[in-house]
Amino acid sequence: MNYNWDWGVFFRSTGIGEETYLDWFVAGLGWTIAVALAGWIIALLLGTLLGILRTVPNRWLAGIATCYVEIFRNVPLLVQLFLWYFLVPDLLPEPLELWFKQDLSPATSAYLSVVVCLGLFTAARVCEQVRTGIQALPRGQLAAGHALGFRLPQIYKDILLPQAFRIIIPPLTSEFLNIFKNSSVASLIGLMELLAQTKQAAEFTANLFEAFTLATLIYFTLNMGLMLLMRLVEKKVAVPGLIAVGGK
Amino acid sequence: MISIQNVYKWYGDFQVLSNCSTEVSKGEVVVVCGPSGSGKSTLIKCVNALEPFQRGDIVVDGISLADPKTNLPKLRSRVGMVFQHFELFPHLSITENLTIAQIKVLGRGKDEATEKGLALLERVGLKAHAHKYPGQLSGGQQQRVAIARALAMDPVVMLFDEPTSALDPEMVNEVLDVMVQLAQEGMTMMCVTHEMGFARKVADRVIFMDQGQIVEDCAKEAFFGDLSARSERARQFLAKILQH
Repeated sequence: MNYNWDWGVFFRSTGIGEETYLDWFVAGLGWTIAVALAGWIIALLLGTLLGILRTVPNRWLAGIATCYVEIFRNVPLLVQLFLWYFLVPDLLPEPLELWFKQDLSPATSAYLSVVVCLGLFTAARVCEQVRTGIQALPRGQLAAGHALGFRLPQIYKDILLPQAFRIIIPPLTSEFLNIFKNSSVASLIGLMELLAQTKQAAEFTANLFEAFTLATLIYFTLNMGLMLLMRLVEKKVAVPGLIAVGGK
Repeated sequence: MISIQNVYKWYGDFQVLSNCSTEVSKGEVVVVCGPSGSGKSTLIKCVNALEPFQRGDIVVDGISLADPKTNLPKLRSRVGMVFQHFELFPHLSITENLTIAQIKVLGRGKDEATEKGLALLERVGLKAHAHKYPGQLSGGQQQRVAIARALAMDPVVMLFDEPTSALDPEMVNEVLDVMVQLAQEGMTMMCVTHEMGFARKVADRVIFMDQGQIVEDCAKEAFFGDLSARSERARQFLAKILQH
């Protein structure tokens, strides 16, 4: 391949004030993190709730959670994003629709759509992990909770969930990294996150390879950092003598 | 203290308990034995409503379990239960295992609960392990902690569901010693167990179950003393387990 690599391109001015192309990447990374973290909060809260519902002794509640999982897991993420961004606003009551389409800046409305989309999509996956975590526990733990006089919500809060979450930290870490990677779909509805900024920088500078190499490195470093962070969390909450956790 | 009245239970079409009736009075120690699948564990789990039953009634300390208005969590908090597999909470320290239900169910203060828990831990001979986690203790030690955890709730009756069946032979006695001591102190106890030595030593009555029915329900002396008066099935069972 005959290509003149030019890594200096990132420090060149974009022609707008003092701004360099590197600033675009930094701004993009900021949006990527903002999308992923907000989405993750929704996914973790909703996913935990749904995961609990799938295990409670009530057929209706469990059925609702199962339907949710099947719907959100079986439709491609990109299709879901287009639904949230293009279709759902039209179905809102008129004041809300006008607010979304006219009052919000294009960036904000795209941001809201992608956060809701990623949050609800990932919640279905978190739900399944929480459910398996709970079901992996011995049945006797529930019985012991009952026998001591705990009510069901207390049993979940104090006995089942603290154990289940310790078990599912590894798969939950994957999901946490996935939401950062999946946030790149936001570029398709015009949110200037990392991938969108990369494409733009590549087009402006014609330094396509440098731009995508840098983006790759940023995604990789970000996810490696998150993975190490989650390892620390796992170590921190490990229980002495409990084999399922910590991997000693 | 416990009155089991004509209890029937089915899993689908399969009948697990059939017309079971018996009484356990205050301070009495009753041992329930029988072959596996005879329904003895199911019966004891019905006593604190861990297992529902379809017909009949069980009255514990004057409270009817069949009454839909009965506050089951409240009733269970007064009935101690010890499980075959201990079921300590592995993510909590021994001290936390002993105090969590006192604090969250009975509403005791943390200091009071800790004091009570540690006193019971000393009684079962494990005070030095208070800061450890269940996974760091042997099976026998875990089961003694589980007994202390149940006692911390000041139960009116203690239920034991095969408390020594999951233990290494070496550890059986340390658990039985705690149970013997408890029985001698006047605790009302209902124990599903195959430890006939324990039954001989402290039981007031022995119940023998087979195929979901209470086949024998008699005083210890009669149960072990006069085999000729026992049913054929009970004789077979005893012949098999008393041989060694």
